[in-house]
Amino acid sequence: MTATHSLAAEDLTLAYGDRTVIEGLDLLVPPGRITAVVGANACGKSTLLRSMSRLLSPRSGRVLLDGKAVHRLPAKELARTLGLLPQSPIAPEGITVADLVGRGRHPHQRVFSRWSTEDDAAVAAALDATETTPLADRAVDELSGGQRQRVWIAMALAQQTDVLLLDEPTTFLDVAHQIEVLDLLTDLNRARGTTIVMVLHDLNLAARYADHLVALSGGRIHAAGEPADVLTEECVRAVFGLDSQVIVDPTSGKPLMLPMGRHHTAPRADVLQGTPGS
Amino acid sequence: MTSVRSTPAPDAALVRRPGPVRFLWLLVVVGLLVALMGASVAIGSRDVGWSEILAALGGSSETMGEAAVTKRIPRTVLAVVVGAALGLSGAVMQGVTRNPLADPGVLGINMGASLAVVAGIAWFGLFSATSIVWAAITGAAVAAVFVYAVGSLGRGGATPLKLALAGAATSAALTSFITAIALPRGDIVENVVSWEIGGVGGATFTGIGTVAPFLLVGFAVSLVSARSLNSLALGDELAAGLGERVALARGVAALGSVLLCGAATAAAGPIGFVGLVVPHLCRLLVGVDHRWLLPFSAIAGACLLTGADVLGRIVARPTELDVGILTALIGAPFFIAIVRRQKVREL
Repeated sequence: MTATHSLAAEDLTLAYGDRTVIEGLDLLVPPGRITAVVGANACGKSTLLRSMSRLLSPRSGRVLLDGKAVHRLPAKELARTLGLLPQSPIAPEGITVADLVGRGRHPHQRVFSRWSTEDDAAVAAALDATETTPLADRAVDELSGGQRQRVWIAMALAQQTDVLLLDEPTTFLDVAHQIEVLDLLTDLNRARGTTIVMVLHDLNLAARYADHLVALSGGRIHAAGEPADVLTEECVRAVFGLDSQVIVDPTSGKPLMLPMGRHHTAPRADVLQGTPGS
Repeated sequence: MTSVRSTPAPDAALVRRPGPVRFLWLLVVVGLLVALMGASVAIGSRDVGWSEILAALGGSSETMGEAAVTKRIPRTVLAVVVGAALGLSGAVMQGVTRNPLADPGVLGINMGASLAVVAGIAWFGLFSATSIVWAAITGAAVAAVFVYAVGSLGRGGATPLKLALAGAATSAALTSFITAIALPRGDIVENVVSWEIGGVGGATFTGIGTVAPFLLVGFAVSLVSARSLNSLALGDELAAGLGERVALARGVAALGSVLLCGAATAAAGPIGFVGLVVPHLCRLLVGVDHRWLLPFSAIAGACLLTGADVLGRIVARPTELDVGILTALIGAPFFIAIVRRQKVREL
């Protein structure tokens, strides 16, 4: 049902003042797939995402949506195709879930247009998809972290964009809620063909849920492609400066990175031999 | 866990906002405003009978009572429009700055308008009513930009308390400037002092006519900003993601609120706290959706100022207490209550 849109960065250089964060970066986001961007702290992951949603103007180069520079597109037109969920959005005190989700309809409304049945349907579908319909009349303040994140995703869904950018959608969530959110995004991608680009902290979850993994290091792409090709011991060393062991995840068949610190790295003989420990 | 269904769920109606509740409250505040306007025309230092009130409303001013009532009509109209302007201006300012303490008085914007007016009269011989309104609006705009810039300095940007402190400090400085300008000028000092307290006593329809165009533009710009303010409330990044041009939207809304409080100050002096109290009360009644909150704040602001004006005539009989004093009496404890809440969070 969704049209596929091409999203790409072309020779992109991003900077805050004098500090260059991203330099000469080329990136092609595969349409209709899930792309995860990983990298060390302050490597420019969020900056890249901000620029792709035109929150930050490039120093040089372009971000192209369907071949058009996003920084030239009218704001609302862009917002009907490309949605962004920032890392820490603000929920006004006392706002209800339904009101918050309804604000995702902003790019579809004009100054004097009334709330339409189309808006109603979009909000209801977004609440339904995120299983937040029972929370519709609750205040967002009262919700748990996992519920609140689902509400924010519902807001992004109500925006009905074919491309969705998410900046660390699983931060502050416990492991069960992290999985819940990533499953929800996968559902969305599979059912609607929504192109998803997300910054993730957790390498293993990124490798498991992404079709396309992008590893950033020092403002450049170190590697990009299938998670199995990208997440290697060499890559982890180059990007994070960390020794590791990458094995095949027995639950998903995707690569699984086991970090090796200075302690607890000598495998116990009984574990290696497969015999139960004492 | 869940599957994404692309068909709309059947319970779309359930998701609808509680419109009837808000509509009921709308009827209540409009009813209250009509009652207060009636009271404002009927009550004063001179007791008048119903027949005289009706005659005066009909245009007659033959008896003393009728004449008194005739004088109260423009006063009531001024209280309503100034109250509405201040209430709406405060609601917009709180939305623009995401700051629960924002208010034309607290942020020193009214004082900026006052200083410009006083300086204009004392130094540049401004006498035409329109030039005074322009001076007030310019002063308000300069003060708004200055206070916001000072409040944004340092870590964390314009936090509620920093902004309020910057406003208070600016207010204090501007007040002493006003005194310094007016005091040596025996010809204007009396007028300045009484005007500076804030009141609607000497209202005339001519005076109202002078500020009316400015207020109308201010009302229109502010109300049109409602949807933008709803997006800005979610944070600048998300607002931009929703297709809002953040700087433009913020500038337009701020312009609307500055027009309103500048023109209101020109007409009635720097009346504080209406813009602070009213939006908070309205949020309790109708929630945080600016499309409801803004018109509500205007109506409730009109109620508060008209009510305070009537009260000022009752408590100080046979003389009157200026509304500026009464709104400060009502507003100051309210301000303290907001600050004392566990944490002053951003809106």
